[in-house]
Amino acid sequence: MSPTSTKGTSLEKKDRWSAGVTPYAEMGYYDADYQPKDTDILAAFRIVPQPGVDSIEAAAAVAGESSTATWTVVWTDRLTDHRHYQAKAYRVDPVPGTDQFIARIAYDIDLFEEGSIANLTSSIIGNVFGFKALRSLRLEDMRIPLHYVKTFQGPAHGIVMEREYLDKFGRPILGATVKPKLGLSAKNYGRVVYEALRGGLDFTKDDENINSQPFMRWRDRFGYVMEAVSKAEAATGEVKGSYMNVTAATMEDMYERAEYAKELGSIIIMIDLTVGYTAIQSMAKWARANGMILHLHRAGHGTYTRQKTHGVSFRVIAKWMRLAGVDHIHAGTVVGKLEGDPSTTKGFYDVLRDSQIPEDPRYGIFFDQDFGSMPGVMPVASGGIHAGQMHQLLHYLGEDVVLQFGGGTIGHPMGIAAGATANRVAVEAMIQARNEGKDYFQEGPDILEKAAKHCPELNAALQVWKDITFDFESTDTPDVLVTPSVGA
Amino acid sequence: MRITQGTFSYLQDLTDEQIEAQILYALDHHWAVSIEYTDDPHPRNAYWELWGLPVFDTKPEDVGNIMREVRAAKEAFPEHYIKVIAYDPTRGRQTTALAFIVNRPAVEKPFKLERIQGPGRTHRFWFTQGVPAVPAIGATNGASSNGASEA
Repeated sequence: MSPTSTKGTSLEKKDRWSAGVTPYAEMGYYDADYQPKDTDILAAFRIVPQPGVDSIEAAAAVAGESSTATWTVVWTDRLTDHRHYQAKAYRVDPVPGTDQFIARIAYDIDLFEEGSIANLTSSIIGNVFGFKALRSLRLEDMRIPLHYVKTFQGPAHGIVMEREYLDKFGRPILGATVKPKLGLSAKNYGRVVYEALRGGLDFTKDDENINSQPFMRWRDRFGYVMEAVSKAEAATGEVKGSYMNVTAATMEDMYERAEYAKELGSIIIMIDLTVGYTAIQSMAKWARANGMILHLHRAGHGTYTRQKTHGVSFRVIAKWMRLAGVDHIHAGTVVGKLEGDPSTTKGFYDVLRDSQIPEDPRYGIFFDQDFGSMPGVMPVASGGIHAGQMHQLLHYLGEDVVLQFGGGTIGHPMGIAAGATANRVAVEAMIQARNEGKDYFQEGPDILEKAAKHCPELNAALQVWKDITFDFESTDTPDVLVTPSVGA
Repeated sequence: MRITQGTFSYLQDLTDEQIEAQILYALDHHWAVSIEYTDDPHPRNAYWELWGLPVFDTKPEDVGNIMREVRAAKEAFPEHYIKVIAYDPTRGRQTTALAFIVNRPAVEKPFKLERIQGPGRTHRFWFTQGVPAVPAIGATNGASSNGASEA
């Protein structure tokens, strides 16, 4: 791992502090005897060293470069309590049947600024992913100690408060993304919102790339959408909402848009992951101060979360975003059109919703995680789902989830409101059957057919989409496989 | 008009057997069960009237006691909205776990949407059942979807 000497001689073992290059492991960045403290931040990296590079030295290099080290010995280390500040790789395990290793690294809590995702990530993923001596590197999981969790705001409202705001209990929340994503005028856009909400959905949503383009400026969209939301509330007597995407080029623009959404009476705004961690934390603070639910679209995450050997796992992004303070985040559907192995997706959902998440390799969870009393984030399932999958969605994703049927609402042959009704009847029928003790996962198709006898909208949805599945092999899977793939 | 609050409003009205099955689900989870009624089903009306106090620690075999109360509430308020609510006291949840309407008026009064346009195409919306009330206009030009409760 150490740089190669131009003299062509290997670097001999030397005193720890003599000038020149010392292997990271020998500088203390690997310590097999280290017992992580309860307050340490722990990280699990999947490492593929270049041929000939020792896995322990590779792990020590990651620990070094993500904490105090640079490529050569510096005497200024001795002006510090350097052992305290250096990260320690304390365990390196080969992944059987591969050229990969899982390296566990411990970081002292003093390395990080309180309540700053930007600081945490600049350390952990700031410098190490381009290392020449590694073929690839992936941050698989992190244990954020409760001591550090407590320095973050956390979700602006969380699942419990959101449900009380919405007055919706005991079933998944239903939503739809307005389609087509681009090109609708503001008035036509509001039409889709009105139809979907009056038909039975709880939420509609701007898509990630609807910001303020020439075909529809944000202020015009917000006005028509709020008229649609208000009309749908009056038509149903229910609380409704539409995620106003305030993503913009600057914080000033985002605050301006968020303030206007608030003035109009919107209950929810949204931002994209592309705005950056600091902007997300700022908007989370604003959302809590202004009683506004904050939805986060994970736009762009697939560029670094999907491949198993390089990047950052979404379970880590999910933990960061819970700390950062969003109320909603897209987390996969299992059965829809986007990447999502059932076991891996369960791990994401647990990380977002639960207080205590035990280490479990079946779900890709490398550490026990304790979020204490920090509220949960509502996961959002979006992308290629429809009413005919309701039993699978409830089985895999549970009750505290927003199920977003975009095409599955707007593409309904009888119209948008009919598509919304089909989805609502399907979810209520499935919850009713579950609560009555039925084996809804196995009997799901029968339960839906029975409900469709009283609901032509559901019947039409089942007919149109009954054979639609997205059955492709997942790329992001746990190392330990025990769960069968999507069934029933 | 059919007000669609609650977990099962898009299904056909629940029969007594179906209501009992849902209450049993709540009791199996050790949730407290409560009955509430109102003649003001505005979606921002958080506080319907309590039909007695929530019942705690009811055993599933005693579900009949709760069903008797459901029927008594319906008899007393046949033209009101009545809902059954289950509370989950588990730490981390500590909120309503299930809430569904078990009685509604024979004819439901629709909500009427009212609107005022302010400067810059800012609309203010509100709605009420029966006689529309004029809301107080605040300092901002903003419109509100829930003016009735904010006015």
